[in-house]
Amino acid sequence: MWIYEKKLQYPVRVSTCNPKLAKYLIEQYGGADGELAAALRYLNQRYTIPDKVMGLLTDIGTEELAHLEMIATMVYKLTKDATLEQLKEAGLDAHYVDHDRALFYHNAAGVPFTATYIQAKGDPITDLYEDIAAEEKARATYQWIINMSDDPDLNDGLRFLREREIIHAQRFREAVEILKEERDRKKFF
Amino acid sequence: MFTTRKQYEPYVSPFDPCPPIRVKTYVTAPNQYVGFQPPNLPQFPLHEALKKGTLWKIFYDPYYGPYEMKTKGDGQ
Amino acid sequence: MKQVPQEYYELLEQLQAVDFALVDLTLYLDTHPTDYQAIQQFNQLAQKRKQLKKQFESCYGPLQQYGNSYSNYPWNWNDSPWPWQV
Repeated sequence: MWIYEKKLQYPVRVSTCNPKLAKYLIEQYGGADGELAAALRYLNQRYTIPDKVMGLLTDIGTEELAHLEMIATMVYKLTKDATLEQLKEAGLDAHYVDHDRALFYHNAAGVPFTATYIQAKGDPITDLYEDIAAEEKARATYQWIINMSDDPDLNDGLRFLREREIIHAQRFREAVEILKEERDRKKFF
Repeated sequence: MFTTRKQYEPYVSPFDPCPPIRVKTYVTAPNQYVGFQPPNLPQFPLHEALKKGTLWKIFYDPYYGPYEMKTKGDGQ
Repeated sequence: MKQVPQEYYELLEQLQAVDFALVDLTLYLDTHPTDYQAIQQFNQLAQKRKQLKKQFESCYGPLQQYGNSYSNYPWNWNDSPWPWQV
């Protein structure tokens, strides 16, 4: 089971009321390489992966849920007091008529989240390579969002999240090496 | 000097409609080089580790956007 | 709801710093299960986070529920602001 902790993993700050940035950030909420997709991918693959890396998938999947909460916090803060004029100007008018200021699992272009963003092939190497690719894609997405953002406080949080993608990719690479490893196995000749 | 930023120069056609971007940059993050992490690598102090997003110095690879570059001047 | 004081953020960040190291060490140990030194560091930090959690909760209420924290009367889980609000 999971136990919620009433705190963010990292202190999120946003310095300007700029709902346009929320529109970009929602990509990492309900987009193909976002934090929801990441959490669901790893927490689903872990059932059918060798025992040696089940812990890693569980723990990274759990950390992704913490990242999802950070992104949600950023989006929430950027939109909570935005006027209708600001929302319109930010291109969030279509979002508003369907959801008001509620968050929703869709990408920056408004496409709703779909399970087809993630895969579970049941082949351990295949799944881990998908995970490595997912982390690198998320890292790149954070770069493009940072490039579009002029909010230094927001970028500070995004830099943290981008750095975590690097670490996760590193651990998944190590997991591949563990599954390739011969040394712990008894040899029968 | 080693950098995790690499560059290439895309082909420029006289018929390209936009002014050319002559140099493109991409990132090769530290995880591309470390391999299986060896034990006892240097760490950041706890508070700094939180701010940087990694406990181990070797993986630290900050990324700044163009708006921040203007004020900070950190090379990408 | 009352705004939290400046000290809330400071204590929270201390806890976040220790917890972050524990998260990063957890992922490391998932792929390096025989690194004795890292496990020692992990256990020391786990001890430290236990103290910090206690300190934070005595000031600002429960961090976890389902019985992982105690409650005052009346039920105080919802009393302090939520992470996305502060």
